[in-house]
Amino acid sequence: MRDLHKMLILVGLALAACGVYLFQDLNGSFDYALPRRGIKVFAMVLTGVAIAYATVVFQTITHNRILTPSIMGLDSLYMLLQTLLIFFLGSDHITIVNKQVNFMLSIAVMVIFALLFYRLLFKKNDRPIYFLLLVGIICGTFFGSITTFLQVLIDPNEFSIIQDRMFASFNNVNSDLVWTSLVIITLLIAFAWKQNSSLDVLTLGRDTAINLGVNYDAIVKQMLVLSAVLIAIATALVGPITFFGLIVANLSYQFFTSYKHSVLLTGSIVISVVALVGGQWVVERIFTFNTTLSVIINFIGGIYFIYLLLKESRSK
Amino acid sequence: MIQVRELTKLYGKKQVVENVSVDIRRGQITSFIGPNGAGKSTLLSMVSRLLDADTGEVLIDSTNTKKLKSNDFSKRVSILKQSNYMNVRLTIRELVSFGRFPYSKGRLNDEDEKMVDQSIDYMDLKEMENSYLDELSGGQRQRAFIAMVIAQDTDYILLDEPLNNLDMKHSVQIMKILRRLVDDLGKTVVIVLHDINFASVYSDRIVALKNGRVVKDGTTEEIIQSAALKEIYDMDIPIQQMNDCRICVYFNS
Repeated sequence: MRDLHKMLILVGLALAACGVYLFQDLNGSFDYALPRRGIKVFAMVLTGVAIAYATVVFQTITHNRILTPSIMGLDSLYMLLQTLLIFFLGSDHITIVNKQVNFMLSIAVMVIFALLFYRLLFKKNDRPIYFLLLVGIICGTFFGSITTFLQVLIDPNEFSIIQDRMFASFNNVNSDLVWTSLVIITLLIAFAWKQNSSLDVLTLGRDTAINLGVNYDAIVKQMLVLSAVLIAIATALVGPITFFGLIVANLSYQFFTSYKHSVLLTGSIVISVVALVGGQWVVERIFTFNTTLSVIINFIGGIYFIYLLLKESRSK
Repeated sequence: MIQVRELTKLYGKKQVVENVSVDIRRGQITSFIGPNGAGKSTLLSMVSRLLDADTGEVLIDSTNTKKLKSNDFSKRVSILKQSNYMNVRLTIRELVSFGRFPYSKGRLNDEDEKMVDQSIDYMDLKEMENSYLDELSGGQRQRAFIAMVIAQDTDYILLDEPLNNLDMKHSVQIMKILRRLVDDLGKTVVIVLHDINFASVYSDRIVALKNGRVVKDGTTEEIIQSAALKEIYDMDIPIQQMNDCRICVYFNS
């Protein structure tokens, strides 16, 4: 019952954050300011859902609570793609100027990469999941190095456009993209929600999960693809923000006593909405746009990550 | 009956289990014994589908295990491994409830709850059912995991060194419970053991492995003989009859 109370408090907080963000100083500007703020809130909620879901699921299948799906290198791939496009086609090319084309292209590249990656690695069934993660780190570093190399060569004006893409931002989200993302994310989660009880069993470890009749290999593959697609959507929508998932997932584990994924997932989703909308409010009202949300997220997330590492090493 | 047919497992080029065929009879305790690295745990993992065999097959009541769905398998055979590290904090009751997963998929009905209650009572964990596993001693935790396996309600129960890290009192307690599972509830228990005296006192049949092969397979009386043990362990082990138990005095041999 206590978990239910906590959940209600969090939902209240999330609604309050959204309310304040939408209506503060609106001054009757219902046709202009409200729809614009509405789209931003909508984008933040979607990003929050995607990142939180992907991270919790990813941590369950890897049995590790300080990993994020960014370890698969999707963030770096996104940056590489943007850099390549601007470097070779120029910042006025349709793939950069047209948000929709860029969005679809980014998702397609990331998802295809993830699928190819898994396909290659899962060909031999006995490879441990950590092998996959290590290859992911190597790919990520490789993409990152090429990106840096190209950025050093590029025209400074073009570089400022790349720099814009390097940090997640909700300030100019395209409303059509939000609708497209909504549809994809809803479909994915509607499909994945049924697996929650199997994910609960997965927390007991591979051997116990197999003993209890969970089709371990199949569910791990499904969930890896799911989290890759969710990350791809969130990244294409607002930019690289995966680190954020680490914070909300761990806050959710700390906050709720339950081991059930239905609770943990919902909790982390609500926490991420509070953090994103609240954080964006801080960026706009306190820092008056002098910084971006992802700078704040990386700052707080980094501190929290160090805290988690220290805590884990002490408990061993 | 579980029929193991010509199972082989390779790690690289090394054969850890080599062409092993064994029959495990219903309603008995069968112990796997043998020196370290003999392939006992690997064999058990292959029988319980935690590990894929390279060649060979396992039949359960004459059905090939490859043809069984994972969920159906988990209603007939349960396996408990030695290390049970988990990421979450669970109470005993929550853990035991997981044993009903093959039947209820996480939504327990009245019958499941009854089964969970019975298992907890059976393992004498009633008064601590709401304690968290990380607050328990090794023996209590082991009992909690066995309670989960009992709640799973399978005909066959496989255990990989369940006495590891337990003191004498708890080891005896666990073995007595396994004996009762066989005698009272008609279960079939397969167990990997290191201490041959526990194997001698509690099992009906013993399968001895060495270097990945079955070297002896027979009733306890046939295996607990100095000559047979010499072949298995390369040690001269005198055997003493005490009351009804045949005790191997290997400490100074």
